[in-house]
Amino acid sequence: MTSSLIAGMLRLGTGAVARWQGCGPELRQRVYFANHTSNLDGPVLWASLPPVVRARTRMIAAHDYWSLGLFRPWLARQVFQAVLIERKKPTAECNPLNTMLEAMGQECSLILFPEGGRQTSPEPQPFKAGLFHLAKRRPDVEFVPVWMENLNRILPKGEILPAPLLGSVTFGQPITLLDGETKVDFLDRARSAVMALREPC
Amino acid sequence: MNWDQELIGLIGGVVLLLIIASVLTRFLLAKADGEGAKNTLLNVKARTQAWWGMVVIFTLAILIGKTGTLLLFGLMSFMALREFITLTPTRPGDHRTLFWVFFVITPLHYWYLLTDWYGMFSIFIPVYAFLFVPMRSALSGDCERFLERTAKIQWGLMICVYAVSHAPALLLLEIKDYAGQNAKLLFWFVVIVEISDVLQYIWGKTCGKHKIAPLVSPNKTWEGLIGGGVCTVLIGTALWWVTPFSPLRAAGMSALVVIMGFLGGLVMSAIKRDRGVKDWGQTIAGHGGVMDRIDSLSFAAPIFFHVTRYCL
Repeated sequence: MTSSLIAGMLRLGTGAVARWQGCGPELRQRVYFANHTSNLDGPVLWASLPPVVRARTRMIAAHDYWSLGLFRPWLARQVFQAVLIERKKPTAECNPLNTMLEAMGQECSLILFPEGGRQTSPEPQPFKAGLFHLAKRRPDVEFVPVWMENLNRILPKGEILPAPLLGSVTFGQPITLLDGETKVDFLDRARSAVMALREPC
Repeated sequence: MNWDQELIGLIGGVVLLLIIASVLTRFLLAKADGEGAKNTLLNVKARTQAWWGMVVIFTLAILIGKTGTLLLFGLMSFMALREFITLTPTRPGDHRTLFWVFFVITPLHYWYLLTDWYGMFSIFIPVYAFLFVPMRSALSGDCERFLERTAKIQWGLMICVYAVSHAPALLLLEIKDYAGQNAKLLFWFVVIVEISDVLQYIWGKTCGKHKIAPLVSPNKTWEGLIGGGVCTVLIGTALWWVTPFSPLRAAGMSALVVIMGFLGGLVMSAIKRDRGVKDWGQTIAGHGGVMDRIDSLSFAAPIFFHVTRYCL
């Protein structure tokens, strides 16, 4: 109830329409990976999924951001079912990869921003290796590229107050790790798949 | 609430027109063969359905009174401005300016109308907001394409907020022997603007040949403009009894609305074409965005308002 309400508000507030270009919304296990420019990215991607899919999709988020204060941890845990990972210093005990694999289990999908943090450059930064390791450990899972448009204009990095422009979320054709594909090649291919969804302007 | 018989008649007429349109579309769709004709009719069907929704909302707002009407037009301004700025490349340096534009300037402007503050209503955006926008953007220290960015935000405010708001501002006018009846004038104006759009579309689709500005809008033809325009003027004149105008003046005002609406649509098409899009958004099924529906209104409203104010 609360989470449908919040999802509805997020969609209304950002005008974000989901465009399923390369695949449809499905219940199968997936990793949605997208460009990252705004704190709204994760919540809006999550909100743009249909309710049944949304209930089984967990967002990977930074521990240092979502643990502050009272409201953020509540949102992260109760609403977005976020998986909080340590992005500063991964150690053997709290390796983010294990946390992610554990969170997925046998039925959950993930939302992941492989640039590792919000960017202000017009092009997405090179992707971090986590996506590749995830693909290697879970070859049965579909990796869906997603382009988040305009959210950096709605709530840019460093701003608290939003401007009510219209955003969009475009889902592309799923990719999987090819036989013998190297880390660099796969991460490159994944990044191009995300960028290919950008509308020409 | 004022249950004006003439207003009820006007609403009834619009509803009747929609019933005819719905039945006719269904009938034509059943008989249509050929992919092109079918697609056009499917679009017409979606448009007619959306028209039902828009007519219900607009009628409710008018019946609620001034507050309802201002709320509706305020929301339309907000949504149109949202579409306008989304298609306009602004930079991070404009972010805080945009916050002011959407959440302070736009509501304040409509608040002046609500409180009958005519002087402030007419100068707030062209003077205060006009100067405020570049000041706020300059403070954030980004010089790249500064004039262009500022001009686009000012333009959006002028068209989507200032110009559009002149339609509900008709409620403020003090017209001799017409006190308390201004809602009818607003209803008549909106009906004429939209009917002009619809009739030009129908005439253009059925017998349009000679394009007026093929590079800007290939759908606008001389046949559409003249056929649709003449029909609109006839309807506007036939409805003179709900307006404060004489039949002759009603004809003149209808013609003015047709011309301004046509040119407004042309200008907004030029902007869309430059940005490489067909529609401003996708809020209203079959029509596109809010701005696609009120582009003619935004150009017709201020001129209609001031000519009425001057003449009566």
